[in-house]
Amino acid sequence: MRWVEYIVFLTLVIGMAWPVGLYVARVFGGTPTFLDPVLCPVESLLYRLLGVRRNREMSARRYTLCFLLFSAVSTVGLFLLLVAQRWLPGGPADRYLTTPMTWDLAANTAISFSTTTTWQAYGGETTLRYLTQLVGLVSQNFLAGAAGLALGIAFIRGFSRERSATIGNFWVGLIRGLLWILLPVALLGSLVVMWQGVPLNMAPYTEAHTLEGGVQTIAQGPVAALEFIKNLGTNGGGFFNANGAHPYENPTPLASFLGLLAIAVLPASLTITFGHMTGRPRAGWVLLVVMVVLFIGGLALCDFAEAATPSQLADLHVSGGNMEGKETRFGIGSSVLAAVVTSNGATGSYNSMHGSYQPVGVLVPLMNMLLGEVVFGGLGTGLYGMIMIAMVAVFLGGLMVGRTPEYLGKKITGAETRLAVLYALLTSKVVLILTGLALATVAGRAGLVTNGGARGFTEVLFAYASSMANNGQTMAGLNANSAFYNVTTAVAMLAGRFGLAALALALAGRFAVQRRWPTTAGTLPSDSIMFGILVLGTILLVGALSFLPALALGPLAEALQR
Amino acid sequence: MRQHVRSAILGVILLTLLTGCIFPLGLFAVGRLLFRDQADGSLLTRGGIVIGSQLIGQDFTRPQYFHPRPSAAGTGYDGASSGGTNFGPSNPKLIEDIRRLAEEYGRNNGLPPDAIIPIDAVTRSGSGLDPHISPANAALQVARVAHARALSEDAVRRLLSENTQGRQLGFLGSPRVSVLDLNLALDRTAPFTAR
Repeated sequence: MRWVEYIVFLTLVIGMAWPVGLYVARVFGGTPTFLDPVLCPVESLLYRLLGVRRNREMSARRYTLCFLLFSAVSTVGLFLLLVAQRWLPGGPADRYLTTPMTWDLAANTAISFSTTTTWQAYGGETTLRYLTQLVGLVSQNFLAGAAGLALGIAFIRGFSRERSATIGNFWVGLIRGLLWILLPVALLGSLVVMWQGVPLNMAPYTEAHTLEGGVQTIAQGPVAALEFIKNLGTNGGGFFNANGAHPYENPTPLASFLGLLAIAVLPASLTITFGHMTGRPRAGWVLLVVMVVLFIGGLALCDFAEAATPSQLADLHVSGGNMEGKETRFGIGSSVLAAVVTSNGATGSYNSMHGSYQPVGVLVPLMNMLLGEVVFGGLGTGLYGMIMIAMVAVFLGGLMVGRTPEYLGKKITGAETRLAVLYALLTSKVVLILTGLALATVAGRAGLVTNGGARGFTEVLFAYASSMANNGQTMAGLNANSAFYNVTTAVAMLAGRFGLAALALALAGRFAVQRRWPTTAGTLPSDSIMFGILVLGTILLVGALSFLPALALGPLAEALQR
Repeated sequence: MRQHVRSAILGVILLTLLTGCIFPLGLFAVGRLLFRDQADGSLLTRGGIVIGSQLIGQDFTRPQYFHPRPSAAGTGYDGASSGGTNFGPSNPKLIEDIRRLAEEYGRNNGLPPDAIIPIDAVTRSGSGLDPHISPANAALQVARVAHARALSEDAVRRLLSENTQGRQLGFLGSPRVSVLDLNLALDRTAPFTAR
């Protein structure tokens, strides 16, 4: 039965990628859509208020600058709101807010939400007010997600244009993505999850008098406003500490399943948008197939690890898969699917505790993040992650056949290769250096309050991999709410968001200026199975070369322990 | 440059208004109208008193009730502090806990020492608020509950099957029993007076 769920999920993702991808291309190509009568007036009004001239295009440098400015203002605004939340009216009552909002926690959270990481060093119901969650976090789930989408679209324009000094207008990309895609889908999706049981209220925490005569306090809040957009915008930070495992966040398997579709469909469909906008639809499909192959590999491995009765309990007469940290309504299947989709989709909204997964079970989400979120990936960012690694593949392929490598008619010379290689190296450098720093310092090791040994190592590596990949999921055995982790994970989040985006956009700018060279007999065809295999091999090779030693100390060592 | 700074500041303010204020307000208007009960947290009342939420697990320890899974939320089923143990599978504390929980479970339900225990009965959920148990776990508790309520095992088993949910849409998630629903049904069928 688990495999039926997996197969239905993949079928829906692949099936919806095509129509959704074409719709996205229409939205950003300025072709009329059925939503225009409602949205165009809003769009024009926003441009007027913001002082944006929609036809004024931007160079890659200016596009990056606008993205940075927008993110910086978002971060500062959210930081101020978080620091000021003690003066905000409304629930929950002060006595439930047991985690103090220190400056480092506020800064970490602000950066986390403005970079779509939504890493949470706090527990929602014990830290934040309803108004903070609504005005601060719900809005950033939309805005940071839309900004990522605008980056992805600009990146595509680098390939679809020739002899162009510009790659679009950031503000137009941001606002169109928000109005035509995120807001309408989030509105519909939020209503569906409300129907499934996700609450939406501003009520104080409920005092329930239980059947056995006890009193149970039940946290409430405007959960439904956050629940769907956190997945759609590939953010993932939960309303409550237990995130998607909390019954108010995912009351039913269907709610969870729809959330996972919201994570995967848009990023997957961007491959189709890419193929369509560049006039090479098959090249888009090849990228999607590579993603799906990697997805299935991870899913099979994770399922295999979690569905077996834990070997550590062999002498205890228990039956069933590894249910520690998993919910009964999800069982193994829906939990594993969520682990694989959220870790691939740069979204931290897991519905089971990865901190209690088997070593091989946790290896899969960890590897998905370390590979740079190329399988579907973050909204917009996943596409350029995949294409940047494809550039490295093209370069390797070019070396093998001894010609100037090119991709979709764009020549990849020394300068482009440097950008692609820098992109491929940045993740491993940041993650490994910060992991080393954490393990070498007392402040870093102080976070290991639950597990030690190889497991503890994995927790630290996982934290930085998650921050760098702008994913945000955590192995929560690590206590990350300390100045050390709040600062260092923020560094990784910034590098993962802005470092990678700057490199990707710089490359897009260089490609936009180039003409598109005609295909010759010497061109490595970029829409063949062979090319797909080359890209797949490159992803695994770069991942293995970068991370095998670290993985050997963490999950692999733990798996071999007995 | 100054133009872009201005756009960025105004953009963040206006779009925050749109997505962080107008969007939730619209959702409030529509959602609370259509799904009033869910919006309030699917709360259950008995005699005008809120006794819990349909969706949130609560603790039961008396033999007359079906017992939920062990919980790591606060001191157990604390609805204001969700979470799991986060113990790794090789953590000795986890294995020790599971051994103890298995012993307790066997003792409470009068199981023979070599009985196979469904794993959900001895592991803690991710939220600590799991409202469900597996049908296999519930089946092992039937004899205890029937005896404590002076009911026939068949009567309890009937209630159990009425309160067992299959996979959603036939393929999503896992079959499960809502502990609170089942216990409420028991109280309706065979009330008992607590001392």
